[in-house]
Amino acid sequence: MEEINALFHGFSVALTPFNLMLMVVGVTLGVLIGVLPGLGGANGIAILLPLTFSMPPTSAVIMLSCIYWGALFGGAITSILFNIPGEPWSVATTFDGYPMAQQGRAGEALTTAFTSSFIGAFFAVVMITFLAPLVAKFALQFGPPEFFSVFFLTFCSFIGMGKEPAFKILAAMMLGFALAAVGVDTVTGQLRLIFGWHELMRGFDFLIAVIGLFGIGEILLSMEEGLSFSGRSAKINTRIVVETWKKLPRYWMTSLRSCLIGCWMGITPGGATPASFMSYGVAKRLSPDGAKFGNGQAEGVVAPETAAHAAGTAALLPMLSLGIPGSPTAAVLLGGLLIWGLQPGPLLFVEQKDFVWGLIASMYLGNIVGLIIVLTCVPLFAAILRVPFSIIAPVIIVICAIGAYTVNNAMLDIWMMLIFGVIGYVFKKLAYPLAPLVLALVLGDQAEDAFRQSMLISQGSLGVFFSNGLVGSIMGLGLVLLAWPLFGKLKARLKAAG
Amino acid sequence: MSEEKVTDPSSGGISMRAAELVVAAFLATIGVMVIYDSLRLGAKWGADGPEAGYFPFYIGCLICIGAAVSAAGALRGRATGLFVEWTALRQIMQVLIPAALYVLGIQLIGIYLASAAYIALFMVYLGHYSVVKGALLGIAVSASTYTLFEVWFKVPLFKGAFNPLTLIGL
Repeated sequence: MEEINALFHGFSVALTPFNLMLMVVGVTLGVLIGVLPGLGGANGIAILLPLTFSMPPTSAVIMLSCIYWGALFGGAITSILFNIPGEPWSVATTFDGYPMAQQGRAGEALTTAFTSSFIGAFFAVVMITFLAPLVAKFALQFGPPEFFSVFFLTFCSFIGMGKEPAFKILAAMMLGFALAAVGVDTVTGQLRLIFGWHELMRGFDFLIAVIGLFGIGEILLSMEEGLSFSGRSAKINTRIVVETWKKLPRYWMTSLRSCLIGCWMGITPGGATPASFMSYGVAKRLSPDGAKFGNGQAEGVVAPETAAHAAGTAALLPMLSLGIPGSPTAAVLLGGLLIWGLQPGPLLFVEQKDFVWGLIASMYLGNIVGLIIVLTCVPLFAAILRVPFSIIAPVIIVICAIGAYTVNNAMLDIWMMLIFGVIGYVFKKLAYPLAPLVLALVLGDQAEDAFRQSMLISQGSLGVFFSNGLVGSIMGLGLVLLAWPLFGKLKARLKAAG
Repeated sequence: MSEEKVTDPSSGGISMRAAELVVAAFLATIGVMVIYDSLRLGAKWGADGPEAGYFPFYIGCLICIGAAVSAAGALRGRATGLFVEWTALRQIMQVLIPAALYVLGIQLIGIYLASAAYIALFMVYLGHYSVVKGALLGIAVSASTYTLFEVWFKVPLFKGAFNPLTLIGL
């Protein structure tokens, strides 16, 4: 009960008119940042950090964390409307969210996404409130082999559960890994795969790839379909929110599962991106409507959004209790804490009670404020789809170009974006899946680091991945998923043989 | 990439089979390049652990395997039909070529001016809007991005090799 008392004390700290105003400002700025590709949550917070130096630390962190919630909500908007994920964790939201918008159900998709985000984040905040010390202990058991096994499981689930031919998934995924390896090797400092072209030293940023593959690729695809240059019909209905809410309770099982996946991935810093992909994959496999996923199933929006936000929120737990950030944005927030003279770690809970519980209380309030703001704007967002294609297409390309440029302030990236656009178009038509490519590009470096560190521990023996129950069972599960298509073929053959 | 594809004039477009083979060849080339560079860096177990090419070497091999199996599938006749019809390809080029010119424009005169011009020309030529409407929207989008990035967020965007904005004192 100590936590409850502390939490109510936190509410009294957070609930001042000034702080509430900062929440509204923060969420609005965050949504804006989330909508613009290239200005992610981490960049956004970094840019706005100086604004908060003059505020008291509690107010400052409330505003920054509200920017974070806003960015989490905002990432879903462009994914659903234009198939352009504003954030890596929104990639999985495009799979069903974009088809829904294409069918004129943009309002429903947006409401589903926002509500699921809220539920995921809320679940994680409740968990942070009560389980903080317990979970932190578990996260400390994670070493390099365990990290690699989590990555391995995520990648195997793609090959095992994808609709596309397994070898095409493999080729696309490995292309992502190869692109991730370009640039300076983090361990030896050697330059890899740049073939003397020094502008490639930075490597390929996933955002450039995502903007090109999804954004530009989608515009090329819609051109091919002989686009009538007219706007999509988007049902604008102010009651859409209530109507969607009536349908959502039937996905409670998917929701709960996604919350658990998200929290687990957020704490063991797997992060929001693998969480959203894994949750989507699991939902597809376990749902009775699994076969219809990808054609605009609301459940396919619920799963990734819930998990991404549960993970995004849960990532703040190791940051506060251990000083280990679970996501890039959490890392920037950590930087902010240090600037205000607050040392994150177990002692923070003892020495800065007001601050910690004020922050946790603001997580509850910020999410509620955020949900209200974005839901009231649903009809407005959905109305964007009514704009004719010959206006929206050049504007999207301009926004993509700006987004690609801002990532590294490099002109080369805009050209890369265009090339990725053509690759995205060709791959999509030939059933090479884009999601594993992007995922490998995002996680490639981390997966490789985890692999190399594990190999160092074991002096080159692969046995390290089966050296204890935890890592062994995750790896085993991964191998089963990898072999899943073979089981299917075997079964079909046995049936044919009688 | 699409322009380079082997064509089949009888079917009125690029065949699926040709497209599959070109993409498989493209992937295999990348795979071989990755393997080559990994071997250059050293793909074995060094004195202090795995060398820089250790992990990418296997990635390169797997790309080649994936490409080879996909190409074999296409050769065995799995890929049928058309990849894209000529008329559809023409429509794609109507967007892709101006987009490439736009990026070239950014390189020369910067993001703001190139964007305004691109939006205006796209609306006028492909959307058949009046010049006034196109110009208004183009300028509006550029002006709002300028306010957002340069003024509010203090993030300078690319102004081009010759920056014409200096002429009007921005």
